[in-house]
This record gives sequence, structure tokens and C-alpha cells, in this order.
Amino acid sequence: MIALNEEQIMLRDSAYDWAQECSPVNAFRKLRDSQTGLGYDPEAWHHIAEMGWPGIVVPESQGGLEFGHRSLGLVLEALARTLTASPLLSCAAVANAIVLGDNQSMSEEWLPKLALGEAIGALACDETARHNPERVSCEIKDGYLSGKKLFVHEGNAADVLIVTAKLNGNIELFAIPTTTKGIKRTPLDMSDSRDTAHIEFDSVAIDPTWQLKGGKLLLTTVLNRARIYAAAEMQGLARQAFETTVEYLKVRSQYGQLIGAFQALQHRAAKMFTELELTQSCVDAALDAIDEGDENISEMASVAQMMACETTNLVTNEMIQMHGGVGMTDEHDAGFYLKRARVLEAWLGNAAFHRERFAVLNAF
Amino acid sequence: MEELSSRTEQAPVAEDLRLAIREWLSENFPPALAVPAARETETELVKQWRTAMGEKGWCMPTWPKQYGGGGFSKEEVRILNQELERIGAYNPVGTRETVFGETLKHYGTEEQKSYHLPKMVRGEFSWCQGFSEPGAGSDLAGLQMKAEETPEGYLLNGQKIWTSGATESNWCFCLVRTDTTRKHDGISFILVDMNTPGFEVRPIRLIDGSSPFCELFLTDVLVPKENILGEVNKGWEVAKFQLQVERTTVATSKKGHGSIPGPGIKDLACEHVGTDDAGRLVDADLRSRIASHLVKEKAFNLTFKRAAAGPAVASVLKNAGSDIRQTRAELSIEVLGHQGLGWSGDAFTEDELAINKSFLFGKSASIAAGSFEIQYNILSKRILGLPEMKSKV
Repeated sequence: MIALNEEQIMLRDSAYDWAQECSPVNAFRKLRDSQTGLGYDPEAWHHIAEMGWPGIVVPESQGGLEFGHRSLGLVLEALARTLTASPLLSCAAVANAIVLGDNQSMSEEWLPKLALGEAIGALACDETARHNPERVSCEIKDGYLSGKKLFVHEGNAADVLIVTAKLNGNIELFAIPTTTKGIKRTPLDMSDSRDTAHIEFDSVAIDPTWQLKGGKLLLTTVLNRARIYAAAEMQGLARQAFETTVEYLKVRSQYGQLIGAFQALQHRAAKMFTELELTQSCVDAALDAIDEGDENISEMASVAQMMACETTNLVTNEMIQMHGGVGMTDEHDAGFYLKRARVLEAWLGNAAFHRERFAVLNAF
Repeated sequence: MEELSSRTEQAPVAEDLRLAIREWLSENFPPALAVPAARETETELVKQWRTAMGEKGWCMPTWPKQYGGGGFSKEEVRILNQELERIGAYNPVGTRETVFGETLKHYGTEEQKSYHLPKMVRGEFSWCQGFSEPGAGSDLAGLQMKAEETPEGYLLNGQKIWTSGATESNWCFCLVRTDTTRKHDGISFILVDMNTPGFEVRPIRLIDGSSPFCELFLTDVLVPKENILGEVNKGWEVAKFQLQVERTTVATSKKGHGSIPGPGIKDLACEHVGTDDAGRLVDADLRSRIASHLVKEKAFNLTFKRAAAGPAVASVLKNAGSDIRQTRAELSIEVLGHQGLGWSGDAFTEDELAINKSFLFGKSASIAAGSFEIQYNILSKRILGLPEMKSKV
């Protein structure tokens, strides 16, 4: 466990302050109600880009800040507290794929734009409703890609997609511009009101320079990092859901008592606090593990995701339950946290997926 | 990081100290005691080592020299510990004394400190705790042991329970009732010589067959007035201090968190339940529960590393630790089936018997040193700031 340095503390605090002041939950509510069909907040994204956060994991040589994964995690946690609708996580995941994919022309093409927030990236790695990245039926034959990717987060806004496809029987990764002919995107109206798309590839001509090096191993590394980022996002979301709920317990009265005085609720709050602290340790350690090049990164990613999924699930359920009827209303924010939590849980492997993966990694 | 920087700029003074410690240890530490098992019984060798360390002041290295301590700085303690570890030596004074010593230092009068602390350091007086009573467990302040003021001193009558180490101790610090009209404000903290007439110790047999705790029966035990620690009727404050030190020490010493005998639960399950061709445990439900348990254990260990000491961390670690320990024990006996439920005899291996006994004794993990529910009370009230119940009129 590495202590944060001064710059990281400043980054964390400024991300927190910015989210609270400039991107409160109400901004997300406006976005949802706007009927524009946009699954992210362009104004917020513009600010985020100005602050350089999309470049945190991009190398300096490509115009990024090269400030480390723990630092990115701090920002993701802070922004998730207010459900800031931004493609920051997906963009960072795509930047990782391109950096690690050891491809000079793709790096030059995309990394500077990703670093400045001028291009949006999305991971297109699932072909089923449940996360299963090893199942790949998208295939490239004679230079043409055909197949379909499902539930691509930020898929509608994306300028570049990281797509898994079979080439000569092996899983390979490609950085494909969404302007390419033959790509059809279908927006999905998900309960979290964020950007999700099905993406169909109908004989899309693939430029060989789009191929990233590393195949399945690269896919695992890219997903591990994205999962750890997602765990950080869930942790921020859960932390805020918890704090909002505890504040409510201190103001709501029934039977002449503040309901927070009831031990039945106090102990459930204490349990949530305990789970949040345990999860925080896993998220921090997993982010550090990326920065340190830890060999056990697959296990750390699954540990962080399992804990984050379970804790987020618990806390968002309790948020609704402890708010009672008001928590069921659309007017209250509790539903937003619950809905976003479930989408995040489903995205890169839920708790059961990562329990299974942890067992396989530990040979039992 | 801190360690790295201090290592590169080792002051010559520190090096001199290191050499002095090393020389003294080579002359005074009995090498036979480098094997932990050799320390378990109170042999002459164990006594000799304790006396030597005690006279040196190194049992309580940070304490002032006048109280029998070493007067060491944190850095000097680090050097001492490194040198002890280097040769397999150990600090002969136990946690009970370390914890109570802090309380005595904080609340004792000058006379109490200069009388008791050096004797504690040298192992002359070993201490046990008389807090809980049959009618006062989680609600400790409901304690009833009477301390009646007489011209000769306080006359103690009543019973204490769950005292660990009472059979090896000669002094006991007790919470007693000096005022029956008030609850918290009628409690005093008093130091009792266990050799005083009327002081009886009886071991309690537990569900696992062991007897680590005793009951104390006090009948007209006369204690001098100057043995009150802190002020009369202000003993609750002293007790809270003592409990806080204890919780933090237990939580940060990692002792008592999740150590279970035998091989890891994963290997135990693979061996006894069996695996398929892919090496997976054949019982998918058990496999999932073991995975979940091991992830939580990792989370606990990472939290242990991350956390700075404090009341929130102590309660989080206490509950997470007892939960993990108990889950592991339940999984272990489940995996072993009947073979994990033996009490004694050749039909069972030593590990199997130990696992069962550990399962049984492990039930105490969520009861002792502030029950699971008490830790949740602490978290919800002190950390989350949730309100108290208003009494109904």
C-alpha cells in the first residue's frame, strides 16, 4: 500500500470539489431528462478534458500526463460520487490498449487525441449480454470483419473502438475508427441512461495497421485494468450512496425517534461501513498493482471487482430500503445510484464471474 | 519509504547502539529459547531471560528509565527489535502487561508508578483483568462487585468472570462499585494483590475443553485505599482508556485474527472433496463459498496494511477478523465431514482435532474484547455519528 503523494492528494481533492460543484447529481438528472439521447454530458467532458484527466494514463511523449493508474482511480472515484456522465473510464481503457498494443501508427493517430479528450474510445469485447470476453465470433476473413458486439459502453459517442476478432483462429485486437464504412451502431436505452450501443460490423474493410500486438494476453491486461477502474468507479458511487443514506438516518423521524437511533439500522450502517473499508483497501491495492507492474494483476483485478460488486450491490439496495417510500420515487436520487450500480456490475464481470475467475486463478 | 531513508543516513550513534545491543544479546539471550515452543512453559531459562531483559529496561523500551523502561526513541526501538529478530530472540513481557502498563502510566500517581511499573517490567508482578461479571458482559457498566469503604481500606465482595491468565498472575486490576446510586459514575478502578485472604481463582472449562479463563470470587478482600487508580467513582474513564488501548493493540498485532491450524482451506477442500479433470472442486457451491472467503481474507489483510490505528479501524478489523476466522473454521469442518468433528483419540489426526477445537474456541472471537454487536455500536455511534435513542416518557 503506497501513500498518496502531494500531487495525488491535490488531484483527488480538486476532482472531488469539481464534481460536487460543477457536476452534481442534478446535472445527470438534467441530462437524462433532456431527451437528447446523449449518454454523456458534453459540457462536463469539456471541463474534464481541460483539466487533463483523460491524459492521466497516456504517456507524456503522446501528450498525456503519465500520472499513473492510482491517480486515475482517484478521479474516477470522485466523479462517480455524483454520477458524472463521462466516458473517462472507457477512454483510459482504450488508451491502455493502444499503448500496450505496441503500435506506432495507432499511438500517433489516437493517443494525442485521447489525451486531450478530443477523441472518445470504447471497448467492444463482448458478444453476449453477460460478460464473456473469451467468446469471440466476430471474424476477419480476407481482410473484412463481420460480426456483432453487444452492450458497448460509450459505443455511440466513440470515435475509436477496441474490437476483439478472430484472425486465423486467434483472438486479436484492433483499433477501428467508427467512421469506417459498414459499421452500424444501435443505441440502447438502458436504465442508467448512459451511453450503450450494439455495434454491428458488416464486411468492414480492416486496415492491417489497425491491429494491436499481443492478442489474448493484451486483451486480458486491458480488461484487468478496465475492471480495476470500474471497481474504483463503483467504490466512489457506493461511498456516496452510503454517506447520503447515513445523513438521511440522522434527519428522518418516526415514532418520535430519529430512525438512525434504531439499532437495527445502526448495525446495517456499520456493516456497510465495514464492507466499504475492506473494498477500499482492495481498490487502492489493485490500482497500485497496475502502477507497480505486479504479476498478480489478474487476481487483484478479480479481488477488487468481487468486493466492489458486492459492496455496491449491498449499499445501493440499502440506500433504497433505508430511504423507504421516498427512495422509490424518481424525484429522489437513490434510484440513479441503484441503476448505475447494476449496469456497472454487469459490465466487466459481476461478483459471481470474479469469484469463478479467482478460483481458476488459484487452481481449485 | 520512511525506513529506506532512515537506513541510508544511519547516524554513528545509532550504529553504536546497534553494536551494544548485539553484544549484550549474544551474552544474555539463551539460544535454546530461539525455538518458540521452548518459551511456552515457565522454565528457569525463561525466567532468567525475563529478568535480564527487565533489568536492562528493554521489555518496555519506550518507557522512561525511572519506571524500568529503556528510554528509547522510536528509531532505537526499531534497532532493538531488528536485533532481537536477527537472533530469534523475543520480548518476554506479554500483551496484558504492555496494555495495562499504558493505563497505569497514564492514570497512576507517582507512588503507584514507581512501585508497580518496575516490578511489571521485571516480571515480578504479572497482571490480570477483573472487569466482566456474570451479570455485566457487553453492558460492563452494570457491574456489581461491591467495594465498601472502611477505616482500613476497601472491602471487596463479589464475582468476576472471563479473566484470562489469572492462574499465572499475582495482581489483578478490577472495576468495582463504590457508589450504588449511580451507574457509570459509581465505578472505581482498583489494584488488588491476589494473595490477599478471600481472593479465590477457579478456572472455567470452555466448549472446546480448554480453560484459558477463570472466575474470581472475592469475599471480604481488604484493599488499601491508595490502590485506587485514578479518582474514586471515576473508574469508568480509566476502563475506557484501558479497553481502547487493548482494542488497538489486538487489532494492530494481528494476533487472534484468522489463524487456523493445518493446511489452507483450498488444499483441504481439494483433498477431501475432490476435483474434476480441470482441477476444479467438484462441489460448485462449496467452491464459490471458498473463493468468496479467500477474497475477503485478502481484503482483510490489505486493510490491515492500509489502515492507520484508530477506533474505526480497530472495530472494522475486529469484526472482519472474527468473521473470517469463523467462516474458515466452518468451511474446514464442513469439508472434513465427520472426520472434522472428533473430540479425541487415534481415529483423528492432530490437525483434524485441532481444527475442531479451533472451530469451537473461535466462537469466542466475536464475543471477547467487545462483541461483534458492540463493535457495530461503536462504529455507528462514534464513527458514523448516528443518534442515541430518546427515552420515551
